[in-house]
Amino acid sequence: MIELLKAGLYDSIQDLGRFSLQQFGVPYSGAMDQYSAKLANLILGNHHDAAVLEWTLLGPNLKCHSNALICVTGAVSDLKINKHAVKQNMALRIQAGDTLTFGAAQKGCRGYLAVLGGFQTELVMGSRSQYANITAEFRLKKGTRLPIKEQTLPKQLQKASVKTPTAHFDTKLIEVFKGPEYDALSETQQRALTSKTFTVSKDSNRMAYQLNEHFENELEPIFTSLVLPGSVQLTPSGQLVILMRDCQTTGGYPRVLQLSEQAIDRLAQKNIGAELRFEF
Amino acid sequence: MEKTDFKLIYKRFTERSILVQWPPKINRIILEDVLNFKNELLKNNAKQILQVANAYNSILITYHVTIDNLNTEVSALKQIYEACVSTEKGDTKLWNIPVCYHEHFGLDLAEISELKKLSIADIIKRHSEAIYTVYFIGFLPGFLYLGGLEEQLHVPRKSKPRQRIEKGAVAIGGSQTGIYPNASPAGWNVIGNCPLELFDVNKEPPCFARAGDQVRFYPTDLDEHAKISEAIKNGSYNLEFENSDD
Repeated sequence: MIELLKAGLYDSIQDLGRFSLQQFGVPYSGAMDQYSAKLANLILGNHHDAAVLEWTLLGPNLKCHSNALICVTGAVSDLKINKHAVKQNMALRIQAGDTLTFGAAQKGCRGYLAVLGGFQTELVMGSRSQYANITAEFRLKKGTRLPIKEQTLPKQLQKASVKTPTAHFDTKLIEVFKGPEYDALSETQQRALTSKTFTVSKDSNRMAYQLNEHFENELEPIFTSLVLPGSVQLTPSGQLVILMRDCQTTGGYPRVLQLSEQAIDRLAQKNIGAELRFEF
Repeated sequence: MEKTDFKLIYKRFTERSILVQWPPKINRIILEDVLNFKNELLKNNAKQILQVANAYNSILITYHVTIDNLNTEVSALKQIYEACVSTEKGDTKLWNIPVCYHEHFGLDLAEISELKKLSIADIIKRHSEAIYTVYFIGFLPGFLYLGGLEEQLHVPRKSKPRQRIEKGAVAIGGSQTGIYPNASPAGWNVIGNCPLELFDVNKEPPCFARAGDQVRFYPTDLDEHAKISEAIKNGSYNLEFENSDD
């Protein structure tokens, strides 16, 4: 069992999300940066969908109550076991009684902690991803005890760590496809979408990233239709909203662009004020 | 009924999904065609397809893996669409849903009454006499998109949305009416409250109503609303429905 001694800014348990439930209005949820979540599981030999802990900007302080094998990926921070600096992106042994602290993100925005076998928190509708009114809690609080599988740990560990490409955190380029309403935009608007540099607004969270720059909009709202994480909506007031993992399942704003899966993962690592450009 | 062939538009949405669009209209003929296609896809192609969801005039098909060749996938979808026939009648239901329109819950009834020059009794009568169609479920888990609100009851969304309205709030937003499955911020005009659980994570499926079903509201007083809430808590409440005949 791993105990949350001190909560970070926003910690939650996530796997790759809930599927086949969009038709009941259930959001996908799941790790914001699925590349990093999958990498942590891969390094431990877990199933890629095993539940991990996601933290945002400021990580939690944890105490381990059993021996475990862990791996930390995503946002780069001052990761320590019992106040000794340890590396990310590799399997680490942790003993009962050890504390694990993350500190603040120095690079990126969201970090991931995987344990061998995955966190064994409540499974609701096929997923352990936390979401309001689906799971009992939508985020982790101080004192939360996270069950893990007690198991024999391997004797030998790989000493090497895996590198995450620097572009994963640093690139400004966000890969997109045309959204269903892209063709309704004027040519000038279409050009502006891919030539302008946009910045991430402070109103950005697991549901959506909003962009600061005003974008000329003359499009009519559409009949409510289906949206997905990565759908870029253009609101009547001219705001661009990029839906993220916890987004609603339907929306009535024109969907002008759609982010690639990799682009969603990379955007999830962008902090308030970060610059980005859309690229086909 | 003869199968109506609409001109559908197929668009790639993501690496793994395709959006199918019907003409931009809201009506039950389109809905029936949308649901026929959706059900056929769920029946036929279950292995490659991760999920299918519908809205008023669109279907989103998500596959397990990346679509290699869009044209191949689209032709396969077109074949399924052309081969699909109207589903047999009798598998859609008409749900009788209790709503308490008492002023304790109907926060905006007085304002609507003034705006529309209708008495509160008249608003309740009109709202509860109509039969609504469930077009799809979206926005919040268990939120039914209902069609069929009569024009006299169309009320613009509030200019200042409320920070929170109660679970079960029955409300009107523009030409739409709906029930909030959980407490939520909302810009719609609240006219009553429904004691039912619209979404239950422990049930399979989690919603009692499905796209294509019909809904009728029946007015209750505060006492009956409380009794139904209590019965739901005890697990002794039976929601009534009839088999839809049209």
